[in-house]
Amino acid sequence: MSTEVNTEASPDVGSEVTGVSRRATARSPRPRRSGGRRGERRMAALLLSPTLLVLAMVVGYPVVAGLRESLYTRGSGLDADGFVVQGNKFVGLDNYTSIFQGDRADAFWNAFTNTTFFTLTTVTLETVIGVGMALIMQQAFRGRSVVRASILVPWAIPTAISGLLWRWIFQADGAANAVLGHQVLWTADGFPAKLAVIIAEVWKTSPFIGLLVLAGLQMIPREVHEAAKVDGASTLQRFAFVTLPLIRPALLVAILFRMLDVLRMFDLPAVLIGVNQKSVETLTMLAWFEATNLRYGSAAAYATLLFAYIALIAYLFVKLLGADIIGEARQAREQARGARKAAKR
Amino acid sequence: MRRTTTAGALTCLALAALTACGGGGDKKDTGSASSAGALDGRGPVTFVTGKDRSGNMQKQIDGWNAQHPQEQVRVVELPDEPNDQRQQMIQNAQTKSDAYGILNLDVVWTAEFAANRWLTPLPKDQIDLSKMLPATVTTGQYRDKLYAVPSTSDAGMLYYRKDLLDKAGISSPPKTYAEMWADCDKVKALPKGKGVDCYFTEVNKTESLTISAVEAIEAQGGSILDASGKPTVNTPQVKAGIEFLAGARKDRMPKEAVTLDTEGGRRYFQGGKLLFQRQWPYQYAMADQTDGSSKVAGKFAVAPLPGQNGPGVANLGGHNLAISAFAKNKATAFDFIKYLTGEPAQRANLLATSQAPTVASLYDDPELAKKYPYLPVLKQAITTAKPRPVVVKYGDVTAAIQGSVYDAVNGGKPVDQALADLQGKLTALTAGQ
Repeated sequence: MSTEVNTEASPDVGSEVTGVSRRATARSPRPRRSGGRRGERRMAALLLSPTLLVLAMVVGYPVVAGLRESLYTRGSGLDADGFVVQGNKFVGLDNYTSIFQGDRADAFWNAFTNTTFFTLTTVTLETVIGVGMALIMQQAFRGRSVVRASILVPWAIPTAISGLLWRWIFQADGAANAVLGHQVLWTADGFPAKLAVIIAEVWKTSPFIGLLVLAGLQMIPREVHEAAKVDGASTLQRFAFVTLPLIRPALLVAILFRMLDVLRMFDLPAVLIGVNQKSVETLTMLAWFEATNLRYGSAAAYATLLFAYIALIAYLFVKLLGADIIGEARQAREQARGARKAAKR
Repeated sequence: MRRTTTAGALTCLALAALTACGGGGDKKDTGSASSAGALDGRGPVTFVTGKDRSGNMQKQIDGWNAQHPQEQVRVVELPDEPNDQRQQMIQNAQTKSDAYGILNLDVVWTAEFAANRWLTPLPKDQIDLSKMLPATVTTGQYRDKLYAVPSTSDAGMLYYRKDLLDKAGISSPPKTYAEMWADCDKVKALPKGKGVDCYFTEVNKTESLTISAVEAIEAQGGSILDASGKPTVNTPQVKAGIEFLAGARKDRMPKEAVTLDTEGGRRYFQGGKLLFQRQWPYQYAMADQTDGSSKVAGKFAVAPLPGQNGPGVANLGGHNLAISAFAKNKATAFDFIKYLTGEPAQRANLLATSQAPTVASLYDDPELAKKYPYLPVLKQAITTAKPRPVVVKYGDVTAAIQGSVYDAVNGGKPVDQALADLQGKLTALTAGQ
């Protein structure tokens, strides 16, 4: 209670605190705030409620509706006259358990493996290439703006269109085989199809990582590098011990976004190779196939499983690597707390 | 922390309210479709169809609209992809919307749409179907009831390089597989036959593979489903059909056959690299272009597909016109269907778009035959053609066929095992039919 009064009384401590938190702590004496804070919270809740309502409608409701749908199945039997017996039936978890039985289990684990394989390979390659692109874009040289613009072109092309472009490149008499001088059947169902998808995906999305990392790079003060140079650090050392740690927050967020994106990849393999192709079938494609054939409950079950998988990966990623999406807010809060502690002493 | 609790509580409340709304808003499906059978009501209707690039469809509709100012027809254009068209039509049907009136359906969708009561049964006695090729009329029926009127048809033909056969001293195109391979060997022995592949039918994993498989199986006298709708892919005839495809793929087709789609096959033929090819009629005009885009202009001809012991059996494509069960003004819609599938409209459409008509007499019209020399061959192909499996769950059935046949033809699995798997899958999918 007295801490904040103390903070007010000791401006020397306040100088350590960021502007935001100082404004927050240095407003008024505590007694009046205690009552005011509750009102403030209510006000905050009131002001936020339209946002929450919209979020509930556009995010919450579809998720819940999807979950509900996954517990039902649509009538598919035929009556004596050959008409489909209409009506939805509650089937509990049947839509989920049947995914793991017989042929469908094979299809599921195949799609699961493909999805995970694509995620690991493409995100790794994209990160390496994207960071390289960012370092190039960061350099000051003539024609830099041209390089920046051209690196961003793949990201600007819609995925379905880039799928078509790569389809031409990868067709049997296409550019890829002409360059290799060797006939690879890229678009047939097989391992080359996986490679084709990875190449097209990396080509398209590396600029995204490049762009976010470039933003991170531009936040690094020049003095830090100069200081490291003065201390005799080599270029490689400067990259590993100065640049990388400083772009880490931006890089981790970029990687997280990419992972979430690849885990639900659909359009690129569908356009480039086709649907129902074992070698490139992803989890979203399974859900799509079920929905196309009017089994919405089963499709919702696949989508829910994918949702859980993505949530798990995102959680692990944030926990293990500390990717901090809401970093700024937390930082501000922690600094404020630190300041209060310091003031207490 | 407390702030987030408040937020969480609010979200929950909002969600609870919303789900309650969602639960209450669910529609109960009732068998109201049967009452939709009567064809009454006159007034404006919509015609729902894929893209028309020729501009002829609009011309035909303008012709109708000029004569029927009170019963205007408006076009609703759907995406290019057949699957997307099907999706949109299904979505419209599931919301029971009257936005879609007349539906332009692919021949393989009839069973699914009819069984789900999304179509209005059509009175057979009020439309003259006797002028149409009988094979096309069957594609518009489900359980002996008429749901759709055939407007265009399609069937595969054997395109062959007449110049090369002439050089090898072969006077007529092959009627059996054995003749086809023998002819191919003769042509290959010629200096001009070097670098020319024998044969091509589509074997990539798409709907085209189902068509190739059905044709190969029917050519052996087998079928995927029997007359009562039970799967019969464990028979020796079916095995022989798939073995033919696998053998042709291995020994007679271009190496990249598995990556070639319909258009890829056309380019391959037009590049002068194929002797025999199973292909749709649309290729004829394109391969006969003399502007340099085709190397085989004037050097090829068409014949009915060959088979094991005699002529083969083509597979039926094409489109049928149906009326949505939820449409308004069904009497107008039915009149419009009669107008569009009538002989004058089909004749004009054939001239403008080269789409195969369903009216039999047009195939014998001398003026048309002069413009489209393949019409007699096509008529024969359509007359003897067989449809793809007629099943309500067509999407699942074709995916299962594609998967198993692809494995067998491209060497992933022994033919016996692939077909045994397929028999199991089809039995489950057609149960209760």
